[in-house]
Amino acid sequence: MTFMKSLLAATAVLALSVGAAQAKQLVYCSEASPAHFDPGPTTGGNDFDASSRTMYNRLVEFKHGGTSIEPALAESWEVSDDGLEYTFHLRPGVKFHTTSYFTPTRDFNADDVIFSFERQWKEDNAYYNYLDGISWDYFQGMDMPKYLKSIEKVDDLTVKFTLTEPNAPMLANLGMDFASIMSKEYADQLEAAGTEELLASQPIGTGPFEFVDYQTDAVIRYKAFPDYWGGKVAIDDLIFAITTDPAVRVQKLKAGECDIMPYPNPADIADLQSDPNLNVMSQEGLNIGYMSYNTTVAPMDNVDVRKALNMAINKDAIIDAVYQGAGQPAVNLIPPTMWSYNTDVKDDAYDPDAAKALLEKAGVKDLTLDLWAMPVSRPYNPNAQRVAELIQSDWAAVGVKANIVSYEWTEYRERGKQKDRPGAFQIGWTGDNGDPDNFFATLFSCSAIGVSNYSSWCDPDFEKLIQDAKTTSDIAERTKLYEQAQVVFKEQAPALTLAHSKVFMPMSKRVTGFTMDPLGIHRFDNVDVTE
Amino acid sequence: MLRYILHKLALIVPTVIGITIASFAFIRLLPGDPILAMAGQHGVSPERYEILREQFGFNQPIWTQYFQYVWGVLHGDFGISLSTKRPVIVDFLSLFPATIELSLFAMMLAVLLGIPAGIFAAVKRGSWFDQMTMGVALTGYSMPIFWWGLLLIIFFSGYLGWTPVSGRIALSYFFRPITGFMLVDTLLYGNWPAFVSAVRHLILPAVVLGTIPLAVIARQTRSAMLEVLGEDYVRTARAKGLSPGRVVNVHALRNAMIPVVTTIGLQVGLLMAGAILTETIFSWPGIGKWMIESISKRDYVVVQSGLLLIALVVMAVNLLVDILYAVINPRIRVR
Amino acid sequence: MSQTTTGAGPSTPDVKKLGRAAAFAEFWHYFSINRGAVIGLVVFILLVLVAIFAPLLAPYSPDEQFRDALLVPPAWEDGGSMSFLLGTDPVGRDMLSRLIHGSRYSLFIGLVVVTVALSVGVTLGVLAGYFGGWVDAVIMRLMDIILAFPSLLLALVLVAILGPGLFNAMLAIALVLQPHFARLARAAVMAEKSREYVTSAKVAGAGHIRLMLITILPNCVAPLIVQATLSFSNAILEAAALGFLGMGAQPPTPEWGTMLATAREFILRAPWVVTFPGLAILITVLAINLVGDGLRDALDPKLKRS
Repeated sequence: MTFMKSLLAATAVLALSVGAAQAKQLVYCSEASPAHFDPGPTTGGNDFDASSRTMYNRLVEFKHGGTSIEPALAESWEVSDDGLEYTFHLRPGVKFHTTSYFTPTRDFNADDVIFSFERQWKEDNAYYNYLDGISWDYFQGMDMPKYLKSIEKVDDLTVKFTLTEPNAPMLANLGMDFASIMSKEYADQLEAAGTEELLASQPIGTGPFEFVDYQTDAVIRYKAFPDYWGGKVAIDDLIFAITTDPAVRVQKLKAGECDIMPYPNPADIADLQSDPNLNVMSQEGLNIGYMSYNTTVAPMDNVDVRKALNMAINKDAIIDAVYQGAGQPAVNLIPPTMWSYNTDVKDDAYDPDAAKALLEKAGVKDLTLDLWAMPVSRPYNPNAQRVAELIQSDWAAVGVKANIVSYEWTEYRERGKQKDRPGAFQIGWTGDNGDPDNFFATLFSCSAIGVSNYSSWCDPDFEKLIQDAKTTSDIAERTKLYEQAQVVFKEQAPALTLAHSKVFMPMSKRVTGFTMDPLGIHRFDNVDVTE
Repeated sequence: MLRYILHKLALIVPTVIGITIASFAFIRLLPGDPILAMAGQHGVSPERYEILREQFGFNQPIWTQYFQYVWGVLHGDFGISLSTKRPVIVDFLSLFPATIELSLFAMMLAVLLGIPAGIFAAVKRGSWFDQMTMGVALTGYSMPIFWWGLLLIIFFSGYLGWTPVSGRIALSYFFRPITGFMLVDTLLYGNWPAFVSAVRHLILPAVVLGTIPLAVIARQTRSAMLEVLGEDYVRTARAKGLSPGRVVNVHALRNAMIPVVTTIGLQVGLLMAGAILTETIFSWPGIGKWMIESISKRDYVVVQSGLLLIALVVMAVNLLVDILYAVINPRIRVR
Repeated sequence: MSQTTTGAGPSTPDVKKLGRAAAFAEFWHYFSINRGAVIGLVVFILLVLVAIFAPLLAPYSPDEQFRDALLVPPAWEDGGSMSFLLGTDPVGRDMLSRLIHGSRYSLFIGLVVVTVALSVGVTLGVLAGYFGGWVDAVIMRLMDIILAFPSLLLALVLVAILGPGLFNAMLAIALVLQPHFARLARAAVMAEKSREYVTSAKVAGAGHIRLMLITILPNCVAPLIVQATLSFSNAILEAAALGFLGMGAQPPTPEWGTMLATAREFILRAPWVVTFPGLAILITVLAINLVGDGLRDALDPKLKRS
């Protein structure tokens, strides 16, 4: 009986999907399965593509293809003169998704905003601990508990955020994925039913697409939300075909099994570009691949040694061999497309002889070091193992012996963070919000030692510059401070700035309207397909 | 017969207990802190760390953890995956049909091609067919299948474009699983094009996974046949003037099949190992790929329960083979 | 598995020597009729020579990077160069040199794994078979547990515990292969134990160890040799598979499986970096398996008759 019932139900679904076959369908070959569909506790770009960028909105959002902020669920906002009060005026008439598992009875309002933040903030919130082992990494990582004093409902469509001290990047932070707005009504309903964990597997948002189905590690299906506040999007069905191997993604794209894919192997790009059916978009990524020296461990506590090691490395050869030309040598920590980039800073030139001389001057002989290679491919460093092999051979030329070490990705980062970790550690970063603070302070502030400052580098001049820049909201002033910080960084060389990579997005010619995003996220709300 | 089965079951009990201990112990020995592994790029505060330790029971004595684990397993609770937050058994059951489907198809290929090839080679011993078949079989048996899979993808999917690159079915077909077996589900829905699509997706991975079993079965069938053909009663049958075809069919075949059935049974464990590589290469959403990904994600709970579940499946199949063996070969029961 | 009939029974040293020589001659007679086995043996010997003289045979060092010759195709293809017969890899290393040096790793892995698996497995098997009772039960249950896990999966988990690397991979593979030796040795010992010559040795006052090692063991050698050959090729395959999954030898080691794994992204653009390492594995394993077949036929008296 139950079998017949499920058969009938399934036939109904099938009939629906057959009907939808004539509808506009876009298949995205995504690079990894999402952990789940709650953008609050997740941290991966693949998680965000599958949740926050498809099904949710935030108070403010990054413009398509940019890092500047535009109104979204908040139509407008005011910031008080002391920089401590942010008042948001919410957009009226915004609907939440109506699905087989939830039917909203009211529009989006201030309660939803307060709930979305308090669940990550207040330990007594029913959702603070709603999944096993949950942690609100981004909310913590952006220092929200430190800066947030209160979030109050002024009226149904007005919310006031009060801060403990001024924080220039706050608005940009609210455009980030963790700040996605959830439905309080849905959450309450789940709580009443005692099934809170469904929030992560049966998502309800206000975004352009609504959830249909997820087959673990294989396929995610969405359909356009007809009542989307920005107007129904052009495509009807959006499908994520999860394909972890980049070579397989390329083959699927060429075979027409998917329409668009991220992160091709650099090796395949020339071939993709020559395919008449494909269009390969590219953009300078908002990223940096670098290699941190532990500045507290001899002999790398000596700036001359760090400089010499930098000068011994042929960056251009690495860009050719590993990035296959899809990257540019990095001079500064931030990419050239970011504001406050200092064009006057000169990179350490490749000069093995000078490097040798500098090492001799520092009194370093028979140096042996660990050279760390990430086990995974990232946009900022497509093949750390290969980079390591090249650096190993460059260093051998100046008499430095390198042992390549690698661990599983999570453990790799754990070991890299250790304050007394020896050697040179390859790592990188893709910006979260387009603010230089997100690079300088996140990666090299004193308080990030043991967290994400893999050089254990705490330079008083540098620290003062970046802390001053954080509490000022005047852009010109901040630019000046960050430019100086870049000069200090190059002089002190706590790390080798390796490359900013170009990011490629190959797609079928029938896909139109896709914009590449410097933050490395993939949005399909503007996309259309032609037959 | 019942006594024989009970005897076999009794032998299995200590092994099963051993397997639970082994799978439990492995995971405690893995390097890296599971809680830090869950926390991701931004780390976790010390207070939160303690709460999590408590939540997962990592703060309890090791033997308490073990008994809780076994108690849970006995009640069908295999833990919650650290990464997907879903019960491991739910993930396992949703992925297992894909692996069974792939393995069954691979085994079918191996049996349907391997047994006739082996019989024919034995009957025509020394002929060019025999030599060629055995040459091919030994090559198949020596094949690094991960490389074999890559070659087939290059040729059939990349160069000829005959087969799809990966996945279980074309994405335009979508229906809720009934049995989880794609071939069965498509037929239950009466969707013929979807069935064809599913078969097309299954061919290459099944060929790759079936290669080694095919080689082993062909070789084993041949030598079993040769042995039987050399025995007195077959010679007698021949001397009695029975046609060679009848000798092969009736007399030799039945006896030769006994070791072959055992061989097929033993291949099941090997299939699981092969499935790990095949599923990785073809992005086949089965438990082999799931285990590999869980190992690299350090998803302790999945690795622990996955190991246990897979070992239990292998043992169950082996038991089945033992019983089947006893059915077709009554002599063994006497022992 | 059946046991050999050659050289059975306690004998005077003279007869023993004579028996051995005769046994070897007989063995070689049967082995050399098998054309495949002889070809396999020749290829295998060549491989061993290549491995031993790798530094002399290889045109370049396996680690030397030619930065202006990245991904050069093999000599016979367009754009190929005679200085790199089989082409170069993504960082400009000569494929031929790497393959030649890779033979050292594969043969070394096979040798070490078989030695470890054989000695541990046989020891456990002989103990189990000889003493029986609870010793037998405990050892064989342990072997059952190991065999209940798919070998590659077990090796993977072990390597995950021990940390990726060639040494740990060898250890893990040896562990998963040794139950086969244990089972064989146990079966052979149990079959031999009750024979007359053993009983008479026991009556003559031979100790346990003497009985196990000197009296019984030499008579179970044949199946063990065949199993060792099989394990040798299995070890090479499994190590390559671990390397392919990133858990075996770590790059830049020119181990064939590892070379395949790191070259996978070039499958479409530069097929030679994927094709040759796989071919090298296939040829090596095939040669060893051919030898193994020949050994089995020559050592197995049952097949000899038919």
